[in-house]
Amino acid sequence: MGSPYKWTMVIDMDKCTGCGACVVACHAENNVPIRTELDVVQGRGMHWMRTENYWVSQYPEPQTYFLPMLCQQCHAAPCEPVCPAYATLHSEHENVNVQVYNRCIGTRYCQNNDPYKVRFFNFYDPDFPEPMNQQLNPDVTVRSAGIMEKCTFCIQRIRRGEEQALVEKRPLHSSDVQPACVQTCPPGALTFGDLNDPNSEVSRLSKEVGAFRLLENLGTDPSIYYLKGGKSNVS
Amino acid sequence: MSVSEYPGPSIGQFPQADEALAGKIEHQRKEHLNLDPRPAEEMNQMVLDPMYRTSRLLWMTLMLTGGLVVAYGVTFSAQMWYGLGITGLMRPVMWGPYIVNLVYFIGVGHAGTFISAALRALKFEWRRPISRAAEIVTVFGLMCAAAFPVVHLGRSWKVYWLIPLPNERMLWPSFHSPLMWDFMAISTYLSCSVIFVYLSLLPDIAMARDHSKGWRYSFYRALALGWRGAEHEWHNLETAMNVFTYGIIPVMFSVHTVVSWDFAMAIQPGWHSTIFGPYFVIGALFSGVGAVMIALILLRKLLHLEYYLRKEHFNGMAMFLMILSMAWAYFYFNDYIVPWYGNGPVEKVIMTLFAEGWAKPLWYLMLFSNIIVPLGVLWNSKWRSNLTVLFVVSLFVQVGMYIERYLIVPGSLSLNEIPASWGIYHPQVPESLITVATFGLLVFAYVIFTRIFPMIPLWEVREGQAMHGLRKVGQALIQTKSEPD
Repeated sequence: MGSPYKWTMVIDMDKCTGCGACVVACHAENNVPIRTELDVVQGRGMHWMRTENYWVSQYPEPQTYFLPMLCQQCHAAPCEPVCPAYATLHSEHENVNVQVYNRCIGTRYCQNNDPYKVRFFNFYDPDFPEPMNQQLNPDVTVRSAGIMEKCTFCIQRIRRGEEQALVEKRPLHSSDVQPACVQTCPPGALTFGDLNDPNSEVSRLSKEVGAFRLLENLGTDPSIYYLKGGKSNVS
Repeated sequence: MSVSEYPGPSIGQFPQADEALAGKIEHQRKEHLNLDPRPAEEMNQMVLDPMYRTSRLLWMTLMLTGGLVVAYGVTFSAQMWYGLGITGLMRPVMWGPYIVNLVYFIGVGHAGTFISAALRALKFEWRRPISRAAEIVTVFGLMCAAAFPVVHLGRSWKVYWLIPLPNERMLWPSFHSPLMWDFMAISTYLSCSVIFVYLSLLPDIAMARDHSKGWRYSFYRALALGWRGAEHEWHNLETAMNVFTYGIIPVMFSVHTVVSWDFAMAIQPGWHSTIFGPYFVIGALFSGVGAVMIALILLRKLLHLEYYLRKEHFNGMAMFLMILSMAWAYFYFNDYIVPWYGNGPVEKVIMTLFAEGWAKPLWYLMLFSNIIVPLGVLWNSKWRSNLTVLFVVSLFVQVGMYIERYLIVPGSLSLNEIPASWGIYHPQVPESLITVATFGLLVFAYVIFTRIFPMIPLWEVREGQAMHGLRKVGQALIQTKSEPD
């Protein structure tokens, strides 16, 4: 029983300003632990969504571009087969790469085999001091120490969209679902939708001239398309 | 007791013997254990005496290593309590010394079986007295290694989820994962090795039983399984040993190949290599033979086994080590030149890291310890029989092989296709302590074992001595050998 949907995100790098609103939205939506400055320097920072900053040229004509990076939701994901506990696997229902937190035993093999390095390990138990514990999203598990986590394409929002469609007795439409990062992006650089729907925005954008997917040579079949024109947006 | 009263080849064997021939015979007996039998009781005592007497040095070793074992437990508990954050692991280096140790200690455990099984199958006669010491390195090395997949887990207490037991939660481990293959391979190898050691121990335990009183007597009596030395018992033992000898050799080759697949199956640059299987097997044998050499030198010194462990044994092991050093260098060259020629972007950065980056001193130290030291020293037969030199060379091999695995695991992992995610791993106290403590655990278990069990397979030595003799053909004195039926 395959899924009729193929959830896809298109990221227009020419529109991205590197503001980081998507990162904040993701933290808030998915109860992603907030690590200290020291932890981040030590490489234990946890951002399911991050903006990578690449410098193209230096002073006197500095040019940079931002690459919003998140789990690429590969359809042939290298992280999936290496898990000995079936904690990360492809869900038949949503057709995304899911992480089952309570099944994870923390071998961290998935992170090693993940070419995009978008998986995050809980080195410590998460700490949400008062009053931040009040803003935790009840739809998302708070993960404990010793397990791996990553972007889920806001699977709780996909589920909610499905339930809403079920109640209204209509098929789920591509525009019913919006992950937190897409909803929040101020310049509208992120677009989310169903690639199997030929009329959706992502179907149109993914066929644009400047569209590419990251590390396509690895054959991972990612669900994230990037758009990049000739010029950097910051110059 | 004079020399001529000992059983075995002697001057009395040759009616028209002269002084020169007597000298030659004496020389042969001195060189080869198989030609130098002593009365059974004397040989028994030479093995049993050091077992019953624990010297002060051994007590101190036990106390020191026992302390390390306690430190191991405390550190591991603290790690489970606070989380893996107390180690230096980070993104992207998710595997560090724990996995290095896993590979290293499985490697240490490789030579034992090779010496006792492969050399047995190939009928290398000099292997007889060293097989037990080597096998025990295997067994305890494997046990130390098997702890690491558990120690390195984020949630170590959930490790039983990897055991394929039907359960009410309808969960099953994923056999797609190389970690599961690893789990299967290590447990197969460990159980085969333990049975193999136990089989060859049976006659020696029975011998110890016949020479002991008190708790030792009851203990040995239970373990000896009623061994009396009847002909059918020897026959059954021989059959069982043969089955295991030929069965365990493919297991040995497969184990380290499967361990290498933990890395080779991943698409991480620096790991994704088809040569990793044989390369890891050779590396394991190399470090394993070095480790057995260290164990033999220490045993000979501390347990006064000079009669059993002679120049010929160390010479044979040293030649082995030299050949393995060449083979390792060849495989390393293979593993290096293919990505270099392929010129992949990340592979290129990894090679730059070895040649110029933070890994430079480690990389050169590894090449020095694994190639230059063994090849530069072991070609010389004088140095091959000098135990101090051999000890130092073996230590260098251990250091070199540890660095090799270190460069593969945290070295390669620090670089990947996404330059924004590069990072350098810095070892912290907990994992360093557990690493040191594992060496302590290995020594601790080994010393305890030498207090309880005979470290020389006496029956194998005496079998060898019964099979060997000297014959004069023309003017030449040649060794003869008979085969048991």
